[in-house]
Amino acid sequence: MHKIWLVAATMALVASGGTVFAEDAVDPTAVKSEDGKYLDKEGSPTFKVASDGTVDWYTYSGYRRYHSECHVCHGPDGMGSTYAPALKDSLKTMSYPDFLGVVASGRKNVSSSQENVMPAFGANPNVACYMDDLYVYLRARASDAVGRVRPAKHEDKPPAAQQAEDSCMGKR
Amino acid sequence: MRKVLFATCLGAVATIAAGAATANDELNKMSQDPKGWVMPAGDYANQRYSKLKQITAANVGKLQVAWTFSTGVLRGHEGGPLIVGNTMYVHTPFPNKVYALDLSDENKIVWKYEPKQDPNVIPVMCCDTVNRGVAYGDGKIFLHQADTTLVALDAKSGKVEWSTKNGDPDKGATGTSAPLVVKDKVLIGISGGEFGVQCHVTAYDLKSGKQVWRAFSEGPDDQIMVDPEKTTVLGKPVGKDSSLKTWQGDQWKIGGGCTWGWMAYDPGLNLVYYGSGNPSTWNPKQRPGDNKWSMTIFARDADTGVAKWVYQMTPHDEWDYDGVNEMILSDQQVGGAARKLLTHFDRNGLGYTLDRATGELLVAAKYDPKVNWTSGVDMDKNSPTYGRPKVLDQYSTDKQGEDHNNKGICPAALGSKDEQPAAYSPETQLFYVPTNHVCMDYEPFKVSYTAGQPYVGATLSMYPPPGESNMGNFIAWDGKTGKIAWSNKEQFSVWSGALATAGGVVFYGTLEGYLKAVDAKTGKELYKFKTPSGIIGNVTTYEHGGKQYVAVLSGVGGWAGIGLAAGLTDPTAGLGAVGGYAALSNYTALGGNLTVFALPQ
Repeated sequence: MHKIWLVAATMALVASGGTVFAEDAVDPTAVKSEDGKYLDKEGSPTFKVASDGTVDWYTYSGYRRYHSECHVCHGPDGMGSTYAPALKDSLKTMSYPDFLGVVASGRKNVSSSQENVMPAFGANPNVACYMDDLYVYLRARASDAVGRVRPAKHEDKPPAAQQAEDSCMGKR
Repeated sequence: MRKVLFATCLGAVATIAAGAATANDELNKMSQDPKGWVMPAGDYANQRYSKLKQITAANVGKLQVAWTFSTGVLRGHEGGPLIVGNTMYVHTPFPNKVYALDLSDENKIVWKYEPKQDPNVIPVMCCDTVNRGVAYGDGKIFLHQADTTLVALDAKSGKVEWSTKNGDPDKGATGTSAPLVVKDKVLIGISGGEFGVQCHVTAYDLKSGKQVWRAFSEGPDDQIMVDPEKTTVLGKPVGKDSSLKTWQGDQWKIGGGCTWGWMAYDPGLNLVYYGSGNPSTWNPKQRPGDNKWSMTIFARDADTGVAKWVYQMTPHDEWDYDGVNEMILSDQQVGGAARKLLTHFDRNGLGYTLDRATGELLVAAKYDPKVNWTSGVDMDKNSPTYGRPKVLDQYSTDKQGEDHNNKGICPAALGSKDEQPAAYSPETQLFYVPTNHVCMDYEPFKVSYTAGQPYVGATLSMYPPPGESNMGNFIAWDGKTGKIAWSNKEQFSVWSGALATAGGVVFYGTLEGYLKAVDAKTGKELYKFKTPSGIIGNVTTYEHGGKQYVAVLSGVGGWAGIGLAAGLTDPTAGLGAVGGYAALSNYTALGGNLTVFALPQ
């Protein structure tokens, strides 16, 4: 299990002191799996990276969706841009419910010195149908389990993921 | 034709029942006075060339900062100021402030305009909250706000004379580009290619703000304002339903083809020139067909809006190679004959030279040797694929299909050049081109359309060409032959508009924040100064009180600020950020500033 941390601890950008996740973050270690989706001890979705670098489906899918929908503001690989926060840092402390809430409803931070606005993505199936995928990928980035690379190998797409995608995208 | 106005006399904007040609005459005349800078590109030809020559290749090394001005806004500052008489007009990104500064009274603020806009427009802007500047005409300053409001301000007082709405931000339409005043109209494009907007160029009446014509990039013939018999493509009539036939079903209604680049105008031919952007979505499988007229150079009659000719550079785009980059008009000898030329450096990595009267294609050549998605454009007039680029299967994201990661495509989606305008010097007959030197992996996949939401459908990662450590080049280009005359490496993409001058000096800015001056003939660096923030603005020059000044906005941001802030994706991650992967955030930070240079007393 601890091999997770060794796999792809990349870049010189690891948080200070070698602490991989902040104290108030939930341990992202996967303790069980349901239909190909890995869950931490609190039942929130999380990533799984095998010793040979193979990532779970949701991490891989999240990588793809992130670099379509999110990176135009939040930068490549969750690294942030000149105006939007680096999600590889935000996800160190942000809880799963908070993440879902912000993505669905958006966020505004408008002051005299800056105007940062994130739109609500709740009605956008390209995002809303892949919330867990995005969360799992960014959680893996925040934990340095996945580096600034496209995951080279991934588990097959679970039938449950396909069913959920079809019903979510098909509804519209 | 009565010359109603004197070039520098702003106060005396006589509103004598001005005929159609009056404002045009005034502006045309003003743009020929090198002391001012009355249009976004300096002149209608988009040359970004100044006849001023107090600053020369011999003395530019002594350049000093004369004065500075903070805009009070942090995000990406594209475009540059206008100089009309004694007044300089400085614009900002959202919230789109405009300042009028009195150059003859310590540059103090004469007036300031700050619109109230719903901040919900901010995230609908694809790539930062940029604005590329204001236009002047008929005693008014025209501003296209982020929320697509086109507003006319009294140039003397800043008072709103009229305002009109050019699009619907709730559906993803936004304003980022600079207007162009032509005759009795002000022309403006629109942004929203990542949101499935059916984009257009619209002409408004200078005096009233009333819409005169609107030409869409795709749709039925009446909406795109083509005459099936008279509008030509490569010398032949476009025919009926030239756009509709190239889209599946109603897809043209969310087809993109946005128009946020720099427009040019030829008063002799009375034609307006601009390019259209990418078809929406970025997933080519989802929109079969050539998707006309996205990725197209348009030549339109300035009065009626009807297209004289069109040329589509990248039929059925598979890489987000928008065709919006500026059209630069020049008169040069080609093959012993004097030609009226149009030169365009496309995102797709090809530099095009056309006859701007007829739309005949003369040159199409790679202006970055690393460009690899095409083996070139078919120049055989008798070929059925005349004028089309030959796409290599290996780099065709359509042929490889959805969910396939296409590796090593050059250039990246931001193009070998983006909106940052090039300059042209009639003396050297060379174009000075700020370029990106970046490649990508591109993987398209299925997306669904929701109004007002991003409609992208591709994952990409960007990196410098294999074996290269620089992400940009500043090049000199011969548009007649399609050859690079000289090329300077830059660590980062060059995202600043160039300026050429009669002093034999060419200026540009860098993403680290340097204003650089190079020799127009050789490219030799003659001067550099690091301004407070990275430069994505355009360099301007003017004369005041007998002194030549060079001005540039700094304020890092834009797409460059997104892709490069943290450094590009390193395929050999683990080795650390070095060379071509260096993070821009290690060199500069946000901040909008105008820096003005001059020679010492």
